[in-house]
Amino acid sequence: MAEYVRPTSVDEAVAALQAGSWTVLAGGTDLYPAHVERPLAGDLLDISAIEGLRGITEDEAGWTIGALTTWSDLIGADLPPLFDGLKAAAREVGGVQIQNAATIAGNLVNASPAADGVPPLLTLDAGIALAGSAGTRRLALDAFIAGNRQTARRSDELATAIHIPRPAHDGMRGDFLKLGARRYLVISIAMVAGTLAVEDGKVAEARIAVGACSPVARRLEALEADLAGRTVDADLGMAATAEHLAGLSPIDDVRASADYRRHAALVLVRRLLGRLGGAAA
Amino acid sequence: MTIGITFQLNGAEVKAQAEPAERLADVLRERLGATGTKIGCNAGDCGACTVRLDGAQVCACMVPIAQVRGRSVETVEGLAGERLSALQRAFHRHGAAQCGICTSGMLMAAADLLARNEAPERTDVEDALGGVLCRCTGYAKIVEAVLDVANDAIAESAPAGQAVGFRLAKVDGYAKLDGTERYGADAVPPDALWLRAIRSPHAAGRFTLGDLDGFLAGREGLERVLTAADVPFNGFGIYPDIKDQPVLAEGVVRYRGEAVIAILGTREALLGIDPAEVPIAWEPTEAVMGLDAAMAEGAVVQQGRESNLLIDGGVRSGQAREALSDAAFVAEDSFETGFVEHAYIEPEAGWARRVEDRIEIRVSTQTPYMDRDEVASILRLAPEQVRIVPSACGGGFGGKLDQGVQPLVALAAWLTGRTVANVWTRPESMMASTKRHPSRIQARFGCDGMGRLVGCQVTADFDTGAYASWGPTVAGRVPVHATGPYRVPNVATRGRAWFSNGPPAGAFRGFGVPQAAIAHETLMDDLAAQVKMDRLEFRLLNALEKGDRTATGQKLATSVGMRACLEALTRPWKEALAQASAFNGEKNHLRRGVGIGCMWYGIGNTSMSNPSTMTIGLKADGTATLYSGAFDIGQGSNTIMTQIAADTLGIAADRIRMVTGDTDRTADAGKTSASRQTLVSGRAVEAAAMDLRAQILRLVNAGAKATIEPGDGGLTLRDGSDSHRLDLAALEGDANGDVLVGHGSFDPPTTPLGANGQGNPYAAYAFAAQMAVVEVDTDLGTVKVVRMVAAHDVGKAINPTQVEGQIQGGIAQGLGLALMEEYIPGRTENLHDYLIPTFGDMPAIDVIIVEDPEPHGPFGAKGVGEPGLVATAPAILSGIRHACGARLTRVPALPHRVLAAIEAQR
Repeated sequence: MAEYVRPTSVDEAVAALQAGSWTVLAGGTDLYPAHVERPLAGDLLDISAIEGLRGITEDEAGWTIGALTTWSDLIGADLPPLFDGLKAAAREVGGVQIQNAATIAGNLVNASPAADGVPPLLTLDAGIALAGSAGTRRLALDAFIAGNRQTARRSDELATAIHIPRPAHDGMRGDFLKLGARRYLVISIAMVAGTLAVEDGKVAEARIAVGACSPVARRLEALEADLAGRTVDADLGMAATAEHLAGLSPIDDVRASADYRRHAALVLVRRLLGRLGGAAA
Repeated sequence: MTIGITFQLNGAEVKAQAEPAERLADVLRERLGATGTKIGCNAGDCGACTVRLDGAQVCACMVPIAQVRGRSVETVEGLAGERLSALQRAFHRHGAAQCGICTSGMLMAAADLLARNEAPERTDVEDALGGVLCRCTGYAKIVEAVLDVANDAIAESAPAGQAVGFRLAKVDGYAKLDGTERYGADAVPPDALWLRAIRSPHAAGRFTLGDLDGFLAGREGLERVLTAADVPFNGFGIYPDIKDQPVLAEGVVRYRGEAVIAILGTREALLGIDPAEVPIAWEPTEAVMGLDAAMAEGAVVQQGRESNLLIDGGVRSGQAREALSDAAFVAEDSFETGFVEHAYIEPEAGWARRVEDRIEIRVSTQTPYMDRDEVASILRLAPEQVRIVPSACGGGFGGKLDQGVQPLVALAAWLTGRTVANVWTRPESMMASTKRHPSRIQARFGCDGMGRLVGCQVTADFDTGAYASWGPTVAGRVPVHATGPYRVPNVATRGRAWFSNGPPAGAFRGFGVPQAAIAHETLMDDLAAQVKMDRLEFRLLNALEKGDRTATGQKLATSVGMRACLEALTRPWKEALAQASAFNGEKNHLRRGVGIGCMWYGIGNTSMSNPSTMTIGLKADGTATLYSGAFDIGQGSNTIMTQIAADTLGIAADRIRMVTGDTDRTADAGKTSASRQTLVSGRAVEAAAMDLRAQILRLVNAGAKATIEPGDGGLTLRDGSDSHRLDLAALEGDANGDVLVGHGSFDPPTTPLGANGQGNPYAAYAFAAQMAVVEVDTDLGTVKVVRMVAAHDVGKAINPTQVEGQIQGGIAQGLGLALMEEYIPGRTENLHDYLIPTFGDMPAIDVIIVEDPEPHGPFGAKGVGEPGLVATAPAILSGIRHACGARLTRVPALPHRVLAAIEAQR
C-alpha cells in the first residue's frame, strides 16, 4: 500500500525525499486531473502542512513567494505594479476554485508549456529555491524548467520558494495577455508577458516572454535589446518584428495551428508593448 | 490504509475513515452520504463539485481528504436552514436550475461571492462563477438570479385557471436546489457490486482476451469478468432491424471507447485497475476516419456489409436542376462540421437489481420505455420483465437516448443476482457515448431577379460512426428541412449516412438540422448580396407562410410564424446595423458585424407514429396525480404538464402531484426528444385531464363550465348559481389511492414519406429567426458574440420562463458549435481540451416569444427544445462575415480558421 506523508517542516520533507520515490502534492490541481482514468499509485508527499511556506515577503533584495502561496494569495497581496502581469496571469488560471487551491510554485514544477505563471515570472527574472540534503540552491527560472514537463529539480529536492529580485530601475511595470478559444478555464493558444522600466521617456529595461509557443516559455532577448533606449509611447509595439520571435517553435494542435501561434504571438507582443508603453507615456 | 479524519461539515463535526489521498468529493459522497456535491469530471474542469473549504470555493474532486483535517467544509446541504436560503430562492424564481446537476456548484460559488461582496455586478458574478460549467441554461438566468438575491421574493403560485402562460417556478425545483435530487450516481445501494468496462484504446482492430481468471485471482475485491459470450443477444440499436452495436465487442473493435469486457468488483478495487494491465492482446488495424475514407470505394467498417452506406434518402419536388440553370442568381458551396459532444455535466450512471424473474434499472435517461425494450431484447426477456425507474437526469440533449450503462448493469445484475452499479468517468463518457454527426453538405440555391427562391439542390453526407444509432433519423430529417423555412418550388435534397471508425453519431439536439441550417443560411446571405437586398428582407420575401406547401408537398395550414419572427427582428436588426456601422467608423482591429439565421423544425418523429399516453388520478383529498412517462431531463416538462393539467381540470397547479418515468407506474409517453413532449405529451395530458374533469362533472351533473374547488375531503363544483358537493371519501380508491382516473392519448397525425419523399412528415413546425451581433478581432481572428436577439414561434408559451431558458441554453450550444466545439477521438476526451461555452462567452440575449397558435398542440403550444440552437451558428457566422468579410464554411470557427478566412478575402 502506497504511503502518504504530511510533514510540517522543510527538513522533515527533505529527509523523506532522500529515500524512496515520492510524488509531491500541494494544491492537487495537477495531480488529480492526471489520475481520472488510472489509480493514484505511488507514495505521496503532501507538503501543504509545512509551516512558513505560504505567503509573500519583501526585503531589500526583492520578494519571496513561498512555495505554498496560491494564486488567490497573490491576487490579494499588496504588491507594486511590477507584479501586475503576474496578477493578471493569476486571474486567468482556471476558475476561482483553482486559484484558491493551486500554488504558483506548483505551476513551475509541473512545467507545462502552457503554464500561465511561467511567462510573467520569466519577465520578473524569477529564481527558484530548491532545498536538498546539502542545503538550498537557487536556480534561475529558465535554468530550472528544462523542457516540456521537465525540470532541474532532483528527486530529493523540494521547491521551497520563488525569488523575485528587485529591478535595477524603479517603477517597473508588468502586464500579461492570454489568448484562448474561450473565456475562463482555458488553456492558452499563446500568451505574452512583459515588464517595462522607463527613464526619461525611454526604455530603460524591457523584458518580454512568450508562452505556449515552445516547449518552455521563452524570453525574447533580441527584442528586449532592440527596445532599450526607444521612446516609450503607445506605439512601442511597432518595434517588434517576426524576426524577434524566430526562436519560438510552436506546434499544431487541437487549439491552433503552428503558423497561427507564431502570428498571434507577434500580435500579442505588439499589443502588450503598446499597453505598457501607453501606460508609461 | 485508511485513516480517521475529523472535520466540520456544514457546521457539524464529522469523522470520515478514508485513504488520505482520497478526493474530498468521494469522501463526501461515498463515505458520508452527502451526495448533493456532484462529480462531473474529477479534473477541475467543470466545477460541479465546488464546495467551500474554510470559506473559499474549491473543487472537491482535487482536495485530498488528509488536507481537510480540522477544517470547515460547506456543501449545498448546508445552504438551506428550515427553508431555502435567499440565494436558493432566487435560483428557483428565475429558473436558474434546469437539469440541476451543476446547481450545487453554482450555488456554492455564488455563496462564496456573496460572502465577500454583498452587491456584486454582472462581471463579478461571471468571474466568481466562471469556474462552473452549465450545459442547459446558457448561464443567463443564473446571473439574473445571483444579481437578484437581495430582492428575496417568493416564487409565485399560479391562480386556478391561469397556469398556462404563467411563469410558474419548476414544480420539481426545490430538490435541485437543496442537494436532495437523486441523479444516476446518487443513492447507489451500499451493498452494490460495481462494474467497470474496459474499452478499446484503438479506433479499429482485433483483439484476443488473455488470462482474465489469472488477472482476477491476483487482485483483491474483483469478482467476475463479463465478455461477449455472456450476453444473450449481443446487439442493440435504435431501429428494430439494425441492432448492430454489440454490448461487448466480439474479437473486433470499431471505435475508440467501445466496451470490450466488463469487470465486477468493489468500487475501490475497480478504481485500482490500470486498463493497460488488463490482459487483452490488441492488433490495431487501419481506421476509417472521416467522410472521405468512409465513402471510399471498397471501404467497409461493418464486416458483411457491401459498403459503408447506411441510408440514402431524399425529397424531390418540381425540377430543381432546370430551375437552377434558369435562375438569375445561384449560390453554392460545400459546408463541413465535425463531431460534437453533448457534454452533459452528469456522466452516464445507474444501477440494476434482479427481483426474481424481473430486472429493475435505475438510470439517468431520456427514454424509459425504449430502455425497457432494449434491455429486454439484450437479455431475451419479455419487456414486462424489465422495469426502468429513471433517476433525475443531469442533462441529455439527445445523448441519453442511447444505451449507456443500461445493458451492462442489467446483464451483470441478471447473471449475479446482485445489485450492480456503473458510473462512467468523464473521459469514458466522452469516448463511448454518441456524438453529433459530422457533416459535409453540398448545397446550391437559386433565385430570380427579384430575389424569389426558385430552386435548391442539397446533398448532405453524414459520418454516422461505427454503429447506426440514430443515423437513419438524421439522414431522414435533413432532406425535409434542407430548404430552410422558405418557399422553394423546385427541390432535390438528399441525405446519406456513412459508417466510419469514429464514435457512433446519434441524436443531438436538432438531429442534423443545425448542420443543414449553416448551409442554407450562408447561401441566403450569398443570394441576398447578389440581388443587393438586405439579408433580413431577402428572408422575409421568401419565408414560408400559411397556405404554402413544403418540399414534401405538405400544405402548412396553421401556425407558420416565420414571417412574424422576422418582423419581430426588423427593428433590432436595423438598430444593430446602424450601431455596428458607427462602431466600425473607428479604425482599429475590432470590427462589429450583425448576422441573421432562420430555421424551421418539425416537431416529433419524422413520418412515424410517436404516441403519448397519460393518466391522471384524483385522490380523496382533492389532489390530482399525473402519471407521466414523459421524462423531464431538466427542460421542464414536469412543470409544463402540470400547467396543462391544472388549467384543463380547472384546479390550481399546486394541487397536482406527479409520478414520472417509472415504467411500472406510468404509460409510454415516448422519448424526450424531437422537441415533442409539450406538443405530444401535452396533448395527451390535456385529453386525460378532460376525461377526469368530465367524470367529475358527470357525478354531480354539473355543466361544462363549472368551477372546481377542493376542500374538506371533497370537491365543490359551482355552475352559475348552482353549487354541487362531491364527497370523494365516499368513492373507492384503486391501487394508487385514486378515486377517479382520466386517460388520454395523442399521436400527432403524420403520413409516411412516399416516392420522392412526398407526404406530411410532421403535424407541426416551429420557426425562429435569430440575430447575432459579433465583434471580430481582425488581427487574431477571435470572435466575441456581443448580443443575440432570438424570435421564436412556439405556438403558445405554456411557461415563458422555461421557453426563455430553452432558447438561452440552445443559443449557448449553438455558440459552442459555431466557435469552439469539435470532438476529436483520442485528443479531446476531457472538458479542458473539449471546450464548451462558459459564463464569459455568452452574449446578452433578448428572447422574443412569437405565438402563432398550433391547433394540434395543447393550448396552441408547439415545441422549443431543439429550435433554440438551430439558428444560432448560422447567425454568428453571418455576423462574422458582415464584420470582416470572412466567409466560413467549416465550424468551429476557431481563431486560426477565422484569421485564415479574413486573409483569404483580403
